[in-house]
Amino acid sequence: MAPPSTSLIELPDLRLDDASALLAHDGKSSQPQRDESPTEYLQRVIDSLCELSLKDPLTGLGNRRHFHAALERQIETVARSGESVLLLMLDIDHFKNINDTHGHLAGDHVLRVIAHCLAGCVRPVDTVARYGGEEFAIILPNCRPLFGLALAERIRRTVAGLSVPISPLLSLQATISIGGAYAPEWVRSTTELWIERADNQLYRAKSNGRNQACIDQPQELSVSAEEKGLLFSHLAVDNANPFESGPGNVINRVNA
Amino acid sequence: MNDVLTPPTQNPDAAQVPLKPLGKVLAVTSGKGGVGKTFVSANLAAALAKRGHKVLVLDADLGLANLDVVLNLYPKITLHDVFTGKARLDEAILPAPGGFSVLLAGSGMVEYSRLTSEVRNEFLRVMNSLVPNYDVVILDTGAGISDVVLFAVSLASEVLMVATPEPTSLTDAYATIKVLVGQQQRQVIRVIINQATRPGSGAAITNQLQQVLDRFVVTGLNQPIRLVHLGDIPVDPEVRQAIMRRQLMMQATPGCPAGMALTQLARNLEDSVIPRAA
Repeated sequence: MAPPSTSLIELPDLRLDDASALLAHDGKSSQPQRDESPTEYLQRVIDSLCELSLKDPLTGLGNRRHFHAALERQIETVARSGESVLLLMLDIDHFKNINDTHGHLAGDHVLRVIAHCLAGCVRPVDTVARYGGEEFAIILPNCRPLFGLALAERIRRTVAGLSVPISPLLSLQATISIGGAYAPEWVRSTTELWIERADNQLYRAKSNGRNQACIDQPQELSVSAEEKGLLFSHLAVDNANPFESGPGNVINRVNA
Repeated sequence: MNDVLTPPTQNPDAAQVPLKPLGKVLAVTSGKGGVGKTFVSANLAAALAKRGHKVLVLDADLGLANLDVVLNLYPKITLHDVFTGKARLDEAILPAPGGFSVLLAGSGMVEYSRLTSEVRNEFLRVMNSLVPNYDVVILDTGAGISDVVLFAVSLASEVLMVATPEPTSLTDAYATIKVLVGQQQRQVIRVIINQATRPGSGAAITNQLQQVLDRFVVTGLNQPIRLVHLGDIPVDPEVRQAIMRRQLMMQATPGCPAGMALTQLARNLEDSVIPRAA
């Protein structure tokens, strides 16, 4: 039996000022609540810090760390399940001009509005992250190749239709270019290769004149239910007539 | 940030361009892991060696194969040292129990599990030096269709697809065959059914796979993909025994049902792919 648990850590001994300040700044309660045990409080602080470490402070989207963790998980899943997962890389067109003409505060506002718009364009299971600068990434699990381009187009159109007010007299319109690639199904691959393929498509969209979406369509690798049905039609027969092989009759070869 | 993107660095060398296959190179592959690829590679090598062929087995899964475990060999010099220029190729080739040679990748190779132009070029260099010196080179590849697997398979003159009769194994084998047909324009793939539970089941399974391919896979080639059933390896307690004892089955109990099956597989290869040893 374990000895009765005595707390090894006394809360007053811990220097939690920086953590508290970070959480307070993010609008989270940073002080122990009355009904909270020290363990519960610490757990809450740690959880909140973890959450904070995955968030982009400007837009509230997932940050690059969050994005990479999500992408790693997806590539593992795809290698085993053959599920269709789409990665979109999105880049605001001529963003430098916005910053140069209207100032960085206006640029930040455009980033926030577009981030909010992107998050509203997708399902709760999808991951929207700020990849860096004016670049965003979206991971869409279980997105059939048939719908990939239509979906990217819908996102592009929605953003193009936005009007971003940056002063009482002035609203900006911004467009985005989108590049997308499906994870290679059934393949033990790397997130770097996947990002590279999506990036190539983004480059294509940019070179073709921006404000458009290009998708790297996957090779058709999935095994459909129909194929599986035919593949296993012999199993029913096999199971109906079980018999064990004798030791002398182990080889069976069909000549080509 | 600059809006004008520079083109992402392209590496034409790392592209998966199917190469002209080299002679007498057999790639042993599977759709799913754990179906006995390495067991087949090592024991088929021993069976061929016994029949007079000069055989080399290469760990083409670059350190992720269990060839070292199956053969109970843990060399100081591996393919990794050859790739990094620390050793000559002939220093890394070892005699394996069973009378064949082996080139192990070593655990340091895991960093090479991604196909870069460096890996590709080194791999090609090694293969070009090896092939003229052996009657048969067997590539023990990884499962599935990762870049490295597809590249290794593209170097082979023959593909031996190992599968067990389980539905998951067959589904993955089928998916992999589809890729090999589409990407490498393979016209013949030889199927080995491991852990076969009844005589004739391997032929029936191969036939079934062929039917599904004929119906669903359009190759765009003059000749459609043809699966050739190379043989079955029956469920055999001696296989497990040998693996647990870290012995090569073809050496420990060559007369057991699985051993006889592997000898027959070697004979079947002689009839179809490789010339009989002098």
